[in-house]
Amino acid sequence: MQPQFKLSRQQKVRMILRYLKGCMKFFIAALVCACLTMAFHSLTPQVIRITVDTVLKSDASAVPKILESILPVKFLQENPGQALWIAAGAVLVLALLRGLFNYGQRINLSKGSEGFVKHIRDDLFRHIQHLSYDWHTAHSTGDMIQRCTSDVDVIRNFVCNQLVEVVRTVFVIILYLSIMFTMNGKLALVALLFIPIVGLSSGIFYKNISSRFQAADEAEGDLTTCAQENLTGVRVVRAFGREQYEVERFAQKNNYFSNLWIRLGKLLAVYWASGTLLTSLQTMVIILVGVVETVNGGMTLGAFIAFVTYNEALAWPVRSLGRVLSEMSKAGVSMDRVGYILHAPEETDQKDAMPFPVAGDIVFDHVTFGYEEQNVLEDVSFTIPEGSTFAILGGTGSGKSTLVHLLDRLYELKPNQGIITIGGTDIRKFQRSHLRKNIGLVLQEPFLFSQTIQENISAMRPDADLTQVREAASIACVDDAIQEFPLGYDTIVGERGVTLSGGQKQRVAIARTLMGKAPVMIFDDSLSAVDAETDTKIRQALHGSLGKTTTILISHRITTLMQADQILVLDHGRVAAIGTHAQLIEKPGIYKEIYDIQMSSDDRTLIAKGGMA
Amino acid sequence: MDSIDEQEYKKSFDFKIWKRLFPFLSRYKRVFLSMLLLNGLCASIDVILPLFQRYAIDHFIEGDTVSGLLPYGCIYLLVILIQSLSVIGFSRNSMHIEMNLGKDMRRDLFGHLQTLSFSFYNTTPVGYLLSRVMSDTNRIASMVAWNFTDILWALFYVCGSFVSMFLLNWKLALVVATIIPVIAILTWYFEDKILHWNRKIRKLNSKITGSFNEGITGAKTSKTLVIEDRNADSFRTLTERMKASGIRAARLNAVYIPLVLFFSTVAVAVVLLRGGTMVVDNVLKIATLSTFITYAVGIFEPIQMTAANIADFISLQASIERVTGLMDQEPQIQDSPEVIEKYGDSFHPKKENWEPIRGEIEFRDVTFRYPDGGENVLEHFSLHIPAGTTVAIVGETGAGKSTLVNLACRFFEPTEGQILIDGKDYRQRSQLWLHSNIGYVLQNPHLFSGTVRENIRYGRLDATQEEIEAAARAVSAHQVIEKLDKGWDSDVGEGGDRLSTGEKQLISFARAVLADPRIFVLDEATASIDTQTEQLIQAAIDHLLKDRTSFLIAHRLSTIRKADLILVVKDGKIVEQGKHLELLQQGGYYHDLYCKQFAEENAAKVWNSKA
Repeated sequence: MQPQFKLSRQQKVRMILRYLKGCMKFFIAALVCACLTMAFHSLTPQVIRITVDTVLKSDASAVPKILESILPVKFLQENPGQALWIAAGAVLVLALLRGLFNYGQRINLSKGSEGFVKHIRDDLFRHIQHLSYDWHTAHSTGDMIQRCTSDVDVIRNFVCNQLVEVVRTVFVIILYLSIMFTMNGKLALVALLFIPIVGLSSGIFYKNISSRFQAADEAEGDLTTCAQENLTGVRVVRAFGREQYEVERFAQKNNYFSNLWIRLGKLLAVYWASGTLLTSLQTMVIILVGVVETVNGGMTLGAFIAFVTYNEALAWPVRSLGRVLSEMSKAGVSMDRVGYILHAPEETDQKDAMPFPVAGDIVFDHVTFGYEEQNVLEDVSFTIPEGSTFAILGGTGSGKSTLVHLLDRLYELKPNQGIITIGGTDIRKFQRSHLRKNIGLVLQEPFLFSQTIQENISAMRPDADLTQVREAASIACVDDAIQEFPLGYDTIVGERGVTLSGGQKQRVAIARTLMGKAPVMIFDDSLSAVDAETDTKIRQALHGSLGKTTTILISHRITTLMQADQILVLDHGRVAAIGTHAQLIEKPGIYKEIYDIQMSSDDRTLIAKGGMA
Repeated sequence: MDSIDEQEYKKSFDFKIWKRLFPFLSRYKRVFLSMLLLNGLCASIDVILPLFQRYAIDHFIEGDTVSGLLPYGCIYLLVILIQSLSVIGFSRNSMHIEMNLGKDMRRDLFGHLQTLSFSFYNTTPVGYLLSRVMSDTNRIASMVAWNFTDILWALFYVCGSFVSMFLLNWKLALVVATIIPVIAILTWYFEDKILHWNRKIRKLNSKITGSFNEGITGAKTSKTLVIEDRNADSFRTLTERMKASGIRAARLNAVYIPLVLFFSTVAVAVVLLRGGTMVVDNVLKIATLSTFITYAVGIFEPIQMTAANIADFISLQASIERVTGLMDQEPQIQDSPEVIEKYGDSFHPKKENWEPIRGEIEFRDVTFRYPDGGENVLEHFSLHIPAGTTVAIVGETGAGKSTLVNLACRFFEPTEGQILIDGKDYRQRSQLWLHSNIGYVLQNPHLFSGTVRENIRYGRLDATQEEIEAAARAVSAHQVIEKLDKGWDSDVGEGGDRLSTGEKQLISFARAVLADPRIFVLDEATASIDTQTEQLIQAAIDHLLKDRTSFLIAHRLSTIRKADLILVVKDGKIVEQGKHLELLQQGGYYHDLYCKQFAEENAAKVWNSKA
């Protein structure tokens, strides 16, 4: 469970503005186009009004002053055929203009929103790559992916559809209302009265119903979980003969979910119907009042027709505005969730960090380190001479992985936690990326990317050719295995491709790290899934190829470690012993005990022990 | 996210596939009919409303009178009230159809999945099944209920409008009708392209999700390789493609929709020109002209929406195929009709006819290969296991240790030969009879969401509180359970993931004890468990094995040594069998395995003893 993380309103605005950078112009263009589209749209009823009044009803006063100077009104009134051509032409020209701006609106909006969402995604991805090792250990993958995909979509919808829609709708309302007011104040007032009723009723309804939506979503999640657990636990279900029970359990959740929606549907039906009713009612009232006004001479027939058209065009935007406004609150939660990732600190270098040469002895000087309260390492000191092979033996949880993680600066030592130096320089003064490039660390559980094997091995050197890749694979004793795949080095790894065995994965990961030709190589129990024979072969090949490389080996197999120049025995975070193999087996201690157990091939003792049990 | 690529389904319309929906729909015939009628009513009123406007202009304004305005208003009000009621009615009907259709399909699919064989589950990812049970059924139900409603409404409305127009003035109606072919051609031209790009965008979208997945799960490795920036770069190439495709798709829409709107305005212009002339010539009323303009503006959007809706609706065929394909999947292991006649099936067992079971198992000349693999993993294998025997199966990870267990439990059946339980071929009894007598504890125990108590009760549904607690006590699970914050009522979380592996194991033991099976299968865990829990588990296993025929897929020496019979598996085949000491003395593969295991366990003891 992550603690609830909330951004302030200001931070949210800043976040959106940051990602709008560069695509703001498209949004502005889209909005301008949208307004122009609506403006041209609003002129068509005027054309019809003028046509009806002047041409069909012969009332010259309906022509606005501007047009009077352009058009030969008198002539046209006498020749209504000509006039109708002009009117039809005007309608078409307006339609053309509207179409052009509509195109402009859509194209700009898509450019803006694609740019915006790309900006967020790229930044999120890059940011996640640079978050600390610590952070990645602490957070679950599924939840983070959810934040990077669904939540980003919600934000996109908010900025690119909802915000734009709100601006557009407000413009439409203002534009249409002002036209209506200039045409007939009384009637416009009636239309205005409906706006808050329609808008508020829709907004309030959506706000109230949202908890029911949530309940229905939860019921669906529950149902999915039930199905998923049944399918993953199919062996348990069958072994206990619980098919009938499972079907009933599923049916119960299935019914519950469906009934929730059916009940929700009843409310929604009322909402939709009330929407239809309110808009129809609005039209009706306008028609009734309009009839009275027209008959009393307050407006012309053409104006009446135009008014009814405007009124209808106004009804739906108002309604959708209410819904959009109430749905916009969802975006806030998504912004908090994405903001949580974006506000996590990235790994940074010290101000005076330099790419010092990674050469010389590696020294751990009184290193004490813990992840939470408990210390994993307790006052550890030792020196690894340049070019030597250094081995670490330790049990589960003894802190041996932590040691090398610290050296690679996957975790950072605090000032009071001791110091690690390479060639006499504190590793905290190194540029982090430079340090890591020069320390080839093969993790205990390496990750292979879903690319081809060749791409995986050449990850650090994308320009390497197949010969170089195969060379590294041969040293890791995995070349033969890869050649056996039908697609060889072009085999795609992972879910969509071939599943490699644990041992093969480890060896591909070793080959990948070898490609880096780093002066320091670390193998963190990297051969655990490989059998002893292959283990020996790999070590011999490595020995041949690494030469002067400083090598750190972690293992719980004595055979893997015994040839090292120095062996460190780590016991519960403390140095229990350090020395060569010969020195360590001289004196009693953990090393000797484990050596005895692992090396003993005396069948008789085994048989005797087995027999006794 | 589906873990395997979905196959492409054929695109051409195939009525046979659609017919499969009829049995589901026929249950809701009446609701469907009522939905149709109300929908028709609603559309008819939408057609009638412009006529009210016509009357207002014609009668009141042109007649220069307000007399009769009140009754006019009342009728108007009545009509819109009726329409609102019809909206309530058909929305409820649609929702009713959607939810019930979805529910029925999910229920049937789920029930069918319970009968499918393990060979099917072994080769089919859960995500693949889940997307059929949940997403596809949802999609079918909502499209049938809503898209269909929309299409019908549009059809009613457009046809109704034309009827009304033809009745008012057939010449002018013909003018409006000429625009329809233009819209049809435009739609036909664009729809295909838009669909194509939308599909592309969906694919890219799932790629982006996949990249996020890799970017997050592979982040640690990326750090050690210092390829963070390179990853971000290749991600940026992907989003660049997404952006380009998104804009391409939008451009199509940006051309298509304004074009449709433009042509619908052409209709308005033509109506204005022709209708206006008619008005001037006094063969058409102004009110009718205004009504025509209203219709001309109103019908084109439904036409264009319907085109998109129909395309969507046709694409539903793939979902129907996915769902029915799963329903057509035959279970590979089925009880014969005679067996079902006597013992009942998995959902309706006839327990009164079930014989009690002793637990003697015999493999008689069994040859077996997995349905998806070519090679025989067992050839003419015979083995007699008396009731109460403990059989340990040992071998390296992935050597095929579960084969025998799968056969004995009838999760798979022998390709040739027979397996007898209590001297009778198990195919002569029902699957449920055998399964009800098997206890199965997995390496990674699977629990279901719910409380600890519910999970134990899974072993025997009618067990009382005392029996549940007694079962837990028998395997010392109560010590662990009572330490949980809500004790027996603690929620175990999805798949049991709020508990540690050790805790889950103990609870799954209790569950097995409650079932009190004659045959017991234990797939032993290798996970590192703290010493104390380890001891509890050892004791629990001892308790469970007593007086039962049991198969142990074993890793611990202590368990292996106690077995009455050890089968050694290598590369899927049984290479050695015998008792512990005999096998050790042979000095073969078992000896090697044993020595390795011995060394590792003892080394672990050394570290632990220093704690």
